[in-house]
Amino acid sequence: MSTELELERPAQPPSFQGISTGRKAKNLAATVMVSLCFVVAVIPLVWVLWTVASRGMESLLRADWWSHSLSGVRANEDLGGAYHAIYGTIAQGLVTAVIAVPIGILVGIYLVEYGAGTRFARVTTFTVDILTGVPSIVAALFVYSVWISIFGFSRSAFANCLALLLLMIPMVVRSTEEMLRVVPNELREASYALGIPKWKTIVKVVIPTALSGIVTGVMLGVARIMGETAPALILMAYSARINMDIFEGSMANLPLLMVKEFTNPEAAGFNRTWGAALTLILIIMLFNLAATLVSRLSAVKTK
Amino acid sequence: MFRGLALGSGGFVVALIAAIGIFLLLQALPSLQANQVSFLTSGEWTTGDPNDMRFGILYLLWVTVATAAFALVLAMPVALGIALFLTQYAPRALARVFAYIIDLLAAVPSIIFGLWGLQVLGPALVPTAEWLNTNLGWFPLFSDGNVSIRGGGTIFTAGIVLAVMILPIITAITREIFERTPKDQIEGALALGATRWEVIRTTVLPFGRAGYVSGSMLGLGRALGETVALYLILSGASGRAPELSLFDGDATIASKIANDAAEFNNEISAGAYIAAGLVLFVLTFVVNALARWITTSRTGK
Repeated sequence: MSTELELERPAQPPSFQGISTGRKAKNLAATVMVSLCFVVAVIPLVWVLWTVASRGMESLLRADWWSHSLSGVRANEDLGGAYHAIYGTIAQGLVTAVIAVPIGILVGIYLVEYGAGTRFARVTTFTVDILTGVPSIVAALFVYSVWISIFGFSRSAFANCLALLLLMIPMVVRSTEEMLRVVPNELREASYALGIPKWKTIVKVVIPTALSGIVTGVMLGVARIMGETAPALILMAYSARINMDIFEGSMANLPLLMVKEFTNPEAAGFNRTWGAALTLILIIMLFNLAATLVSRLSAVKTK
Repeated sequence: MFRGLALGSGGFVVALIAAIGIFLLLQALPSLQANQVSFLTSGEWTTGDPNDMRFGILYLLWVTVATAAFALVLAMPVALGIALFLTQYAPRALARVFAYIIDLLAAVPSIIFGLWGLQVLGPALVPTAEWLNTNLGWFPLFSDGNVSIRGGGTIFTAGIVLAVMILPIITAITREIFERTPKDQIEGALALGATRWEVIRTTVLPFGRAGYVSGSMLGLGRALGETVALYLILSGASGRAPELSLFDGDATIASKIANDAAEFNNEISAGAYIAAGLVLFVLTFVVNALARWITTSRTGK
């Protein structure tokens, strides 16, 4: 009887075994840890945003905030606004973008359309990488040593723009490069087949195809440099009055206003600092949102 | 002509990076010659009088490297976890939203992190810092530093804020690499009956290791050069030599330069800060070049 049972048993163990408890536990532990990591990152984000929103709201709700400067307002008065700084932030961001965008796009075009695979293109890519990593304070010192020490210009908002330029160019190059690589080769070949010269192909076919992606990159770049403070500390002098001329005189921007006001021990100083912080975040979010919209509305045509 | 223009712009960028090094060196040299103490081995910093310049990078370098390293130690495991979460665990539909949330961290300007670190996080961390100091004070990193722990302006606070700031950078690069793990490897592992964690350990991690390390190096580069957040958080000159503890304060190279920017009234004094900036430039250059080298040598295989 017993020998018969022995023979009936399958020669092999079942193909699928249950997962051992140890492996299950390890898997569960990993899942929990990894999810926790995400939560850990979200906590400071929410905390920062909440702090800025709750502390800055009071200033933003005053109508003066958007239409007046701090000119003639005493340190303890909850009057005036950040108009001068908002203007400064946007003006400096735009001036920087106007200079950085053509240079950045041209470098991107060189890397993808002309230089691909050459030694010099590799050197350029490497330098763009290094330029991406240059700390803003080093860029500011460079502009200081050339523009102010050697050329003898005085501190101005434009000097700040020059430093921001160094930070923005690599961002524009990166996004241009990335977008141009996505443009299908068939488009270029079709254009060449019609006898169109290379430069015209790039200007009329390649760039328009990649444009939305490039615009997105530019917007994100502008949003990024508008929050830069270090160059402004070295290259600009703060002014509480409205100054429309970026080449002459002192001027404000939002980060500089925050640096000036956080040492102000009055309640008004607290309100101004966090008000400026909230305004800055709102402007940056606006640019980010615009960037997302542009890329959503006109995604790169790959077909 | 258009080709020339494009080539010229490429040349401009290359020239730019060389110019940064050269001009910083040119401006720093006269001050370095006027320096009465050794620039690399001294910690003194008195640059007010052009005829009696005494400045050395040592203390600043310690605070810079310690803050960045501490931030990196905190950020690396968390960034790895987030990258795994976003690529392997989060449901496809939600992964994009989650990734966007992490990217939002990168959009917050550093001055706002600095202000938050100074006024909100710093005070909140004081009890933890004091507990570490009293109970684990025998460990050199948690011993008394050269500034008051109660003030919050220590490497400890600064490193935590920096860690939050470099998280999105490390995560973004690591995530990109993890997403490119070959599908057949993952499926192969699954077919052999591996659990999700085993799939990650045997395919995703080995594949993405180089990218993770290079992303971390980029984060380190960013941490070394971060200025304004540390300028706000670190409490100013204590005048005492650092004790090589996490509760040291004073300033990093970058925050020192930002702090004293108003003193740039004569070339010799400014040159001292430019010399410090040059050290920072070289430091970040090496770190970034290393990061790039890791990526290219890996893809070269």
